[in-house]
Amino acid sequence: MDGLISWFNYVVDNWDRIFEAALQHARIVLIVVLTATVFAVVLGILVERRPTARAAVLSIAGIFLTIPSLALFALFIPIVGIGNPPAIIALFMYSLLPILRNTVTGLDEVNPAVVESARGMGMTQRQQLLRIRLPLAWPLIMAGVRVSSLLVVGIAAIAVLVGGDGLGTFLQTGLTRIGFPGSVESVWVGTVFIVALGLVLDLAFAGIQRLTTSRGLRI
Amino acid sequence: MSDQPMIHLDRVTKVYPGSSTPAVEELTMDVAEGEILVLVGPSGCGKSTTLRLINRMIEPSGGQIYFDGEDVTGVNADELRRRVGYVIQQIGLFPHQTIGENIATVPKMLGWDKSRITERVDELLETVGLDPSQYRDRYPKELSGGQAQRVGVARALGADPRVMLMDEPFGAIDPITRDRLQNEFLRLQEELKKTIVFVTHDIDEAIKMGDRIAILGDRSVIRQIDTPERILAYPVDDFVDDFIGSGSTLKGLNFERVRDLNLTPYPTMRLGDSPDSGLRTLAEGRREWILLLDQQGKPLRWLRHTDLERGAGDLSKRGQHIGNQVEPNATLHDTLEEMLRTSSGTCPVVDDNGQYRGVVEINDLTEVIRRLRSEAKEHYDAMDAVSS
Repeated sequence: MDGLISWFNYVVDNWDRIFEAALQHARIVLIVVLTATVFAVVLGILVERRPTARAAVLSIAGIFLTIPSLALFALFIPIVGIGNPPAIIALFMYSLLPILRNTVTGLDEVNPAVVESARGMGMTQRQQLLRIRLPLAWPLIMAGVRVSSLLVVGIAAIAVLVGGDGLGTFLQTGLTRIGFPGSVESVWVGTVFIVALGLVLDLAFAGIQRLTTSRGLRI
Repeated sequence: MSDQPMIHLDRVTKVYPGSSTPAVEELTMDVAEGEILVLVGPSGCGKSTTLRLINRMIEPSGGQIYFDGEDVTGVNADELRRRVGYVIQQIGLFPHQTIGENIATVPKMLGWDKSRITERVDELLETVGLDPSQYRDRYPKELSGGQAQRVGVARALGADPRVMLMDEPFGAIDPITRDRLQNEFLRLQEELKKTIVFVTHDIDEAIKMGDRIAILGDRSVIRQIDTPERILAYPVDDFVDDFIGSGSTLKGLNFERVRDLNLTPYPTMRLGDSPDSGLRTLAEGRREWILLLDQQGKPLRWLRHTDLERGAGDLSKRGQHIGNQVEPNATLHDTLEEMLRTSSGTCPVVDDNGQYRGVVEINDLTEVIRRLRSEAKEHYDAMDAVSS
């Protein structure tokens, strides 16, 4: 109980810092997820009907996820320096797989009869993609975007180790000063607000998913 | 209607890569403007491939396709398809679009203005029997199978194409709804007069829907192409005969109507005539039965010798119930059905007012069947004579 009170006091005392860090954290996540969505959807469309390229691209995106995060973050320091840029590049790589995979699967799963009738009515390949296949794959693509955003919210905490900002700073200060007053509270602030941010973003994306999905596709 | 066929296929061939035998081999075929031509054949004969060659969903490996004299083998395939209505068994409505948006697909691609599209959508929904205000803004998932198929037809009619291609359009629908949709479609076609190529594997559907039927064998080779009447009366070979199956003679009776028969005179008497006069008529006619008519000349009862010999009394209580009667536009198939249900084996024919016109007997039917056969045979003999 005492712990909870002192944590609460810590939050109240440092509210400005926490709020700012949360915004920075959210900013990193949104930049990463938006660019990754555009990139992965376009890439997914390009490789969907090319089996070799498709397998290659999916494996590469899979391999990205297996690279230890700290190593991946550090890899880009020589190229782009310290700060947010190496973190954003690394997070971008992590977030590709869920969106890419769902784009490809979503396009695959469009009912062939629907595509056949679209073609039979004289839609060009481009019209079939933009008017029919992509809107039908969209709910699944958005599901991938939501998975990616959750993934990125968590891993973005490590950005602080390469000089980036965000809620990870509270984890770092807490962990490096363990035993000193306020250190445990700091770690808990980092953890709780990262989880909370994840939930808020997921809710926001769920809202976007709903708004951008045709009423005819909702269950 | 001109002599120029609306669709003309000239030695159209499709060979799939890696296959030595063609899926469609040198198919030459005409479809006249305003007719329904049904392609029917066993599964795997290439009938769907043939249909899809016409709007170049599948590109032919050889041969030429003409629409109303214009060679369309080399034109832009997407633009060609916008001129051709296309209906498939699975319908393929766009689930993310409303019914109205679905129907507007082709007009929108052709750049019609908004008000014209809205008007056209409502008109088409009414044409297929769906209330526009109720269905325009619904989504496909809210429709039953039959309704979805109607919308599919409306969508294919979107920009009023002259040609419609239909690939087993009623194949996935329960038999009762299918029958209703077929009838509705035939009624619609009477107004629209589209040129339609219709694929089915069901010979009964082919007989019902087709102005002409092409029975296809392997590699989409035409085994017989003719009106359903003639194919039923005279299958040219064993393949066609097997495919039509049993009961072709009975099915053929669906195309003949009572009004085309010379009705046999039959012994009749009026209510109020004396039984003795009835007995005399019966003796002259050398028949077992006499037909009792009421004062207005409507058939009442079947009477026999024994019924009349019982002397004076109410004749309308004697003999056998008259059973169902047929009108002049009834088919001989329905007439036969009625004949089999009466004890006299004959079926009275009445006009619109219920007045007696004559009877149909089993001999009349066998006569018709013989005539149909010989006419069809003469037709084919004449064709052979011309070609040889």
